[in-house]
Parts: sequence; C-alpha cells; structure tokens
Amino acid sequence: MERSIYLDEARDPLIIAEGWMKDGKDVAIATVVETWGSAPRPVGSHLVIDAEGNFHGSVSGGCVEGAVVTEAVDVIDSGTAKMLEFGVADETAWQVGLSCGGRIKVYVERLG
Amino acid sequence: MDPYALKTLNAERRARRAAILVTDLGDGRDRVVREGDRVAGELGAAIAKAFRTGNSGSVEAEGRTFFLNAHLPQPRLVVIGAVHISQALAPMARIAGYPVEIIDPRTAFATPDRFPDIALHAEWPEDVLTRQPLDSYTALAALTHDPKIDDFALKAALDAGCFYVGALGSRKTHTKRVERLLASGATADQIARIHAPIGLDIGAASPAEIAVAVLAQAIHAFRSRGLESKGAVA
Repeated sequence: MERSIYLDEARDPLIIAEGWMKDGKDVAIATVVETWGSAPRPVGSHLVIDAEGNFHGSVSGGCVEGAVVTEAVDVIDSGTAKMLEFGVADETAWQVGLSCGGRIKVYVERLG
Repeated sequence: MDPYALKTLNAERRARRAAILVTDLGDGRDRVVREGDRVAGELGAAIAKAFRTGNSGSVEAEGRTFFLNAHLPQPRLVVIGAVHISQALAPMARIAGYPVEIIDPRTAFATPDRFPDIALHAEWPEDVLTRQPLDSYTALAALTHDPKIDDFALKAALDAGCFYVGALGSRKTHTKRVERLLASGATADQIARIHAPIGLDIGAASPAEIAVAVLAQAIHAFRSRGLESKGAVA
C-alpha cells in the first residue's frame, strides 16, 4: 500500500480501520452524525474499535468513548448497527455524559 | 460499513481527492460518491452542497435519512518565490487555515532565516511539483515574475485545475507571459483562469498589503468554486 504524504496515517481512524480489516480483525466504526450545543468533536468524526476494545480516534473529548467502545463490541457481535445519543452529564449519568453541556448522536456500525 | 467503500474512500483521501460517504441510516447501506459523479434529485443537491461547503450532516431525501460524510482535502497554498510578499503571505495564509509551501531555487531567497517555520523548498518548481503534484484543492501564487521560475509552475497549476492561480506582474509582463504559455500549449480558457495582475483590487501598495489581496482572492476562489464547471452534480 502506498503511503500518502497528505494524511497522518498513523493517527487516521479510517486508515487504521482498513489496516485492522486487512489483518483479519473484526472492526466497528462509530461516527458523530449530529451535534447540538458545544459538542467537542464535529459531525463526521470517527472512533474505530476492534473486537478486543482497542480504539483510535474520538467522537467526544474523551467523555463518552468508553460507552461507545462497549456498544461497539456488541455491534461487532450482532452485526446490527446502533444509533447512540449522549446528552448533558448529570450526577446519575456522569459515566456517559458530556460535561461540556452538548449533545451528540453517534452511529455505530460493523465494518463488513 | 462496506469494506469496499472504506477502501475506496481511503484511496480517494490518500490521493487528495474529494469524496463523500453516503450512508442510508435506515438500512446501513453506504457508497462513496466522488466529486463530479452524477447523483439525481434531492440527494444529489445535498451532495453537491456538501462538496461545496465541506460540511457533513444528515439529509432527508426520497423518504429516507442519509448521512453525508464529506471528506475534502485540506486546501493549501503553494507560493513560487521566496520574496518579500511571501514573507507576509505565508504566516497570514497559515492563520487563515491554508498551509503554505514556498518554492524558490534561488538559495539566497529561500532561507529558513527569512521563512521560519514555513515549508520551504530551495529547488526548481519542476522538481518539487513532480514529487508533490498540484491538485484542485491547491492554490498557486507565482510571485517571482521571472519566467524561468514562474512559467512551469503556472502551466502545471492550470493543468492540475488548481482552484486559484495568480501571477504577479504588470499587465505588460502578463501579456508576454500569456504569449509564452500559449506557445507552451496552454489554452485560452486556461489562461483566462490566471488572476493577473494578482490580488483583489484593494489598492494594496506594500508587500504585506499585496499579501492580503492575494490571500483574499484565493479564499474567494475557494469558497465560490463551482462544481458545474466540472460537468457535475444535478
């Protein structure tokens, strides 16, 4: 595979996902498809996850990645895509909230 | 995501070509649309807009919800000539979000001392542009008004479809330049795309003011670039 001088391939989630696929790994791709308020990552941002829970990229400022990874492992098992929604953090939902006060919608799908 | 779609998308991104991944959020089916591919109807209009703006988002069309993820190469500016104007233009362009590369084979001009923290090539444009070709997401400003240095780069920029091509020099200088470019095989339509004299007419006098005029003209060219001229998108 020819390396591009235009992409930071070592940190590019979609390039990493393609590499994982070539290595025979099961992969899920999470994409921010909608944001409201002060969401930390723009629409279109990716987090890519393998079946062991390794991940690259981001869909938030680190607030909800853990939850997305957990869901992604399910998506890899089932093959069924999921739409996740994360909102403002409150005391009961601190684990999966956005402390910035924004809301995001994340589409999680299996690669292949 | 379809593995083939991912491979196609990454190949386009590696080649610095614009592409949009269109995902049907209802059934998860996806495909890659390249700039210039014809897509009909409401979806086609939304895709054309996403290519123009670079914004990703959801769109309702034909009774379905699609997510359009726009992958546009980052626009960049290549400057021929490590001259006084370039010293102002390079940091300004970088602040505006257009990474800059400067090419000038004259080693007395192209020194890191004059251009701290700027990608600088003290080489002939022929050599650099063969290694790192120009493309339609690149602006080219030729600022040496030396035919030996500028002409090859201008012809390469026109052939590559650079979104902006500007050339420094008086109208008289440009008239001679046009004759040379025609002789080297450029078409009249291509030559009409060259902004010369360079820069928006803001009455710029100092090198830094000329840099503002050039940068503004390049930004205007990028934000108003039409896909219609490429025979594209309904």
